[in-house]
Amino acid sequence: MNIESKILKPDEKAACVLRSLYSNLGYCQYKMSKFEEYALYIRNKDFLVSDGIISFTDTNGRLLALKPDVTLSIINNSKDVPGHVQKLYYDENVYRISKSSRSYKEIRQTGLECIGDVGLLEICEVLLLAVRSLESISGNYIFELSHEGIVESVFDDYDIDTSIRGKLLSAVSRKSCAEIDAICSENNLSEKAKETIYVFTENYVSIDRAIESLESICLSDKSKASFKEFSFLVSFLVDAGFENKIKIDFSLTNDMSYYSGVAFKGYIKGIPASILSGGQYDKLMRKMGRSSGAIGFAVYLDALERFNLEEKEFDVDIVLLHSGNIADTLKTAESLSSAGNTVRVCNEIPKNLRYRHVLNVTQKGDN
Amino acid sequence: MEMLDIALPKGRLGEKVYSMFEKAGFPCPSIREENRKLIFENEELGIRFFWVKPSDVAIYVERGAADIGVAGKDILLEYEPDVYELLDLNIGKCRMAVAAKKDFRDNVNTTLRVATKFSNIAEHFYAEKCRDIDIIHLNGSIEIAPILGLSDVIVDIVETGKTLYENNLEPIETIVPISARLISNKASYQFKNEIIEKIRLGLSEQVGV
Repeated sequence: MNIESKILKPDEKAACVLRSLYSNLGYCQYKMSKFEEYALYIRNKDFLVSDGIISFTDTNGRLLALKPDVTLSIINNSKDVPGHVQKLYYDENVYRISKSSRSYKEIRQTGLECIGDVGLLEICEVLLLAVRSLESISGNYIFELSHEGIVESVFDDYDIDTSIRGKLLSAVSRKSCAEIDAICSENNLSEKAKETIYVFTENYVSIDRAIESLESICLSDKSKASFKEFSFLVSFLVDAGFENKIKIDFSLTNDMSYYSGVAFKGYIKGIPASILSGGQYDKLMRKMGRSSGAIGFAVYLDALERFNLEEKEFDVDIVLLHSGNIADTLKTAESLSSAGNTVRVCNEIPKNLRYRHVLNVTQKGDN
Repeated sequence: MEMLDIALPKGRLGEKVYSMFEKAGFPCPSIREENRKLIFENEELGIRFFWVKPSDVAIYVERGAADIGVAGKDILLEYEPDVYELLDLNIGKCRMAVAAKKDFRDNVNTTLRVATKFSNIAEHFYAEKCRDIDIIHLNGSIEIAPILGLSDVIVDIVETGKTLYENNLEPIETIVPISARLISNKASYQFKNEIIEKIRLGLSEQVGV
């Protein structure tokens, strides 16, 4: 079966390319069922990107949900096997509430998860695949990196109460120094703590400058260990030739009760929001009773719907007007189509149809 | 040349904000001309301003139709757009407050009826206090709700408090101080970082940050 790539939409093209990218590195496709136990999602509601879950009662009385997420299902189906790493990718539709319209939306999502004895090798591989995923969609991309371990241990270093960490992270994620100021003064945090939190909102033009700045705020053994891992991962990407594509930005933060190590996001020029998002989520694994580690990412293919969309001048190349023998008409249509034209067979020209030529079967010539 | 799109809030605040952009070295003289145009370009500097309804600025920026913009903190708290809040411009200062009739006494035995345009802010505020409330969403003239018995209190923006006092109401609690903020689309901040940072710096010099 030959598929003409020109008929594929940008999201379909990207899905094909990404599936081949992941399967070529030994990732196996994970196919999840459309409906899952509602309890799985409601127990981990904060992990979900959107707060709405479409639920219904099955014929046997079980409460089910139309999948709002893939990662939770993958973890639910995983087992802790020492020394073993499960490498999976998926291409699924998920159902979430659109923030602007407050109505449910079907979102196509492709991504991968690496679950088990995850070490530096697996983390580097996932980072590489994330960058390659962006690269396969467009050459004009930025890969943003941060590390939850550094943020958490720095908060620990300053004994920042867990009750205000969420608020601080939210302010950091908006790069709002004004709000960090307000939270710090309300909660009597020291000037030094405030200055340190400011570092997470910085816009670093150079990687070296970012690394230097982060090193200066990692004072405890725990934060130094997280910093060491982070700088190794950054050097790995730099050595792999992505220096001009990566950006260190700690305003990229996730919920610290689920995520643990490296976190990342990908942007493509022309798309107004991040198209790729991922990170290490060992804490979610613990919450779900697993002792192993995990890292993964998702690519939001729905964001590509309007990407590089060229307005077509014509709906079809040829309108083929039928009059007479049906077999002759369809034979002519097939022969025109195999010559590379798009052909619309009809008895009369539809209103508003944009076409290059009109052809009458009996005349077999341009009108 | 690639343009930087800037959404400004229509009205007095927008005019003040534009003057700040001008002083920061990002003018667009045609904006001062008397006409009904909404979009103005300075091709040389690669910037394009447009006027939008103040409550819509955050939507334009979040969805990337504008790269940056200026929005009130009230709008940012209410709609929670996924944008960077790069600078507090220290203008358009007021506060989000709870107000009630002068003789109001909160009866904790009953659900508190709250009339507001800012449902999300009111919900968050009372959820933190674990107070049971009934939100009555109104689009304007909020002050008359307690007078007509539609609500017990209102949650609204208070600048001088004059409108409240003239309607026999008074502010009873401040929820949050409000001011105008420079916001940026997260993707634009990555790809147009240099010019956005130049603007932020130019504006911050005027607010002493």
